[in-house]
Amino acid sequence: MSKLDSKIPKGPLADKWTKHKNDINLVNPANKRNIDVIVVGTGLAGGSAAATLAELGYNVKTFCYQDSPRRAHSIAAQGGINAAKNYQGDGDSNYRLFYDTIKGGDYRSREANVYRLAEVSANIIDQCVAQGVPFAREYGGYLDNRSFGGVLVSRTFYAKGQTGQQLLLGAYSAMNRQINRGKITPYNRHEMLDLVIVDGKARGIIARNLVTGEIERHSAHAVVIASGGYGNVFFLSTNAMGSNVTASWKIHKRGAYFANPCYTQIHPTCIPVSGDHQSKLTLMSESLRNDGRIWVPKKKEDAEAIRQGKKKPTDLSAEERDYYLERRYPSFGNLVPRDVASRAAKERCDAGFGVNKTGQAVFLDFASAIERYGKEQAAIHGNHNPSKEEVTKLGKKVIENKYGNLFQMYEKIVDQNPYETPMMIYPAVHYTMGGVWVDYNLQSTIPGCYVTGEANFSDHGANRLGASALMQGLADGYFVLPYTIGDYLSKDIKTGKIPTDTKEFDEAENKVRELLEKLVNNKGTHSVDHFHKKLGHIMWDKCGMARNAEDLKSAMAEIRALREEFWRDVKVPGGMNEMNAELEKATRVADFLELGELFAKDALHRNESCGGHFREEYQTEEGEALRDDENFMYVAAWEYTGDPGNEVLHKEELEYENIEVKSRSYK
Amino acid sequence: MKLTLKIWRQKNSQTKGELKTYPIDGVEGDMSFLEMLDVLNEGLINKGEEPVVFDHDCREGICGSCSLQINGEPHGPDRLVTTCQLHMRMFNDGDTIVIEPFRAKAFPVIKDLVVDRSSFDRIQQAGGYISVNTSGNTIDANTIPVNKHDADESFNAATCIGCGACVAACKNASAMLFTSAKVSQFALLPQGRIEATERVLNMVAQMDKEGFGNCSNTGACEIECPKGISLENIARMNREYLGASLKG
Repeated sequence: MSKLDSKIPKGPLADKWTKHKNDINLVNPANKRNIDVIVVGTGLAGGSAAATLAELGYNVKTFCYQDSPRRAHSIAAQGGINAAKNYQGDGDSNYRLFYDTIKGGDYRSREANVYRLAEVSANIIDQCVAQGVPFAREYGGYLDNRSFGGVLVSRTFYAKGQTGQQLLLGAYSAMNRQINRGKITPYNRHEMLDLVIVDGKARGIIARNLVTGEIERHSAHAVVIASGGYGNVFFLSTNAMGSNVTASWKIHKRGAYFANPCYTQIHPTCIPVSGDHQSKLTLMSESLRNDGRIWVPKKKEDAEAIRQGKKKPTDLSAEERDYYLERRYPSFGNLVPRDVASRAAKERCDAGFGVNKTGQAVFLDFASAIERYGKEQAAIHGNHNPSKEEVTKLGKKVIENKYGNLFQMYEKIVDQNPYETPMMIYPAVHYTMGGVWVDYNLQSTIPGCYVTGEANFSDHGANRLGASALMQGLADGYFVLPYTIGDYLSKDIKTGKIPTDTKEFDEAENKVRELLEKLVNNKGTHSVDHFHKKLGHIMWDKCGMARNAEDLKSAMAEIRALREEFWRDVKVPGGMNEMNAELEKATRVADFLELGELFAKDALHRNESCGGHFREEYQTEEGEALRDDENFMYVAAWEYTGDPGNEVLHKEELEYENIEVKSRSYK
Repeated sequence: MKLTLKIWRQKNSQTKGELKTYPIDGVEGDMSFLEMLDVLNEGLINKGEEPVVFDHDCREGICGSCSLQINGEPHGPDRLVTTCQLHMRMFNDGDTIVIEPFRAKAFPVIKDLVVDRSSFDRIQQAGGYISVNTSGNTIDANTIPVNKHDADESFNAATCIGCGACVAACKNASAMLFTSAKVSQFALLPQGRIEATERVLNMVAQMDKEGFGNCSNTGACEIECPKGISLENIARMNREYLGASLKG
């Protein structure tokens, strides 16, 4: 239990962050010029951190595997970003955002971190507007809001269905300003393949130039990992094709504890799988649940008829439909949190009410919203007795303004017009709440190695609420890390440049070379994707939306066997010293094959259901998640010991001093 | 579907490339164009050949990684989509499809279908930002009301994904649509007006320095743009540039 000190400041919850900022050490501006920081990943968390650190005066090097920082997968976030601005006057406050996030996370996150997140949330909006992020506005010129799941206020700021894109381009523009000033050196098309530790401190990385294949050494006084989540361990997810766990996993193997790997978010509204060739899944934003109603037929015969194409969804009257979320959760309705909505969809489909060919889909229907908005618009235009056609036409226009790009995306993929017929959706892997364990300062168990954004475990507990990922990424990068890392770096003002011609760099580089040589010389019989798909099947079937002890045990054994097979039989064409996309995939999948086993182990050890982690053995009579606070109200932080199946568990007990821990209900 | 693919293969930036022919069978309409290439690559790997390298990442049309000149059109025959959203149902059994990298002097080929678009990043670095510190000590967001129409127009310009289709579509390989989208985003917002003069001069200077061609108003860029960025942005940038030049 030695290293797990969360370093939460003393004092009342609302004062902790202010007091902490006043207490920590600062670095003199002249000294900042002599300090180097490496940032791995240039999404919201990494991009914002890099820009702010550079602006403060540190010398920053950024690394991303994409050809430009602007392509990091934060770009794909659709719906919005939360902030406790209370612009709608609907009773929002820092406390309410804090409370909703803790409850949404099923009482498995740290109070102090979450409160800080809520506290800085309002600043994020101010900052982004100042940077020229074009958020949606009302006719009066003020910022507009929408609602997201698991809350009863409208606190989500948005830019149509492209909020992540606009925020990321904001962070990218802040980076560009610093690149232009020479304070950030960007290393694009580079992948970090190991961390270098000198005298117990993170002092650099080994990276591969993905264009030339060259292995490079980069030193720094601190290393920030902001490389995102590990949802691609499931092969199919809403993550980008290149999203990976490698940077997080490499630091884990160098001593950083990995926390709650089994906490995965399966997002309820994604486009269902269409065939074996499928390479990724596409999300349909949660914001659609503001206006879309989710249903399946009440009668199995109707579901059967729809599956066979004998009936159309529009043939069924309101009485013949089961709006199961509205039925089960009357107070939150279609806006229950993601874990609850996903499980409810699975329950209906498993019971035989699924509506596509595979029986793995439910409807998301906009007909009621089109009618409601159409009538409203007609009235605004002075037409108090509009025809049905007029109402539909006006209503569609409103829906198009709100969700146009999502509807277009759906139509291109599925080849059906969602303005005319309900969307078909099904849950898919989307986000990972688990990640590298960090203390209040966002430092991992390796001194000088910080972890931000989705890559860390800290703020979302066992389930993340919608529009909170963007908030956390930017909060960490703009407003938290730049302060806390200064405290650490204040001890490094006399260190001077870290040399790279040392035995620690030699050792790390040799290890990377060996790994790459092994892969290109293996000459097996199956492609990397072959193994990745197999891993994905094991993960989805046995570690997905519902888990049980027996399946998890077999998953561990199967993943281990698959990993051995991978190293025996994988085939990576091409060489090391050139652009080699298969080699890139191979290094990433090799890490997923280790993480997968730890994931199953973590899920197996957690004998309770909480948030996205649903163990079939632990549920209420109504099928809701059943927590065991007495035995499991802790963060499970795993220490690598040479074998992912035999990692050592360390516990950080969670203490709730400001919130009463209750069973979570959205009824 | 059975198709014949003619794909540009080039080992690296130093060597010459050529079109090579690959037959492919079993293509389904529900596959995206890139999933079709995945199937081709899986077959090549199994045969012991080197797979075709192409840029791609999010596969939902927003990261701007994917490129490809398909039968002479950037992102292929469909409108308002990137290559990753182009579905094979747009093609017919027996078709021959020619797949090349985006062609422009400022986008040198790295390997096969992968090009170097870092010139785009350098244009942004020259002025594609508002010089505000990211400390959070700014004024409350709602103290700057923005006319909804301007905010919407600014957003529309800001949805550019930086893929480079505009350059690949243009006979002059001009980057005017790309550059003007960023200039417009900020020109339409009160926050962005403050540095408008320097911004447009610096970004245009960098664009010229990178070797992009001039605009001759053919409008091909607007037609091929997967995000529907409007030609009006170029007109706006020209006005901004003229105004800035007169200010000197």
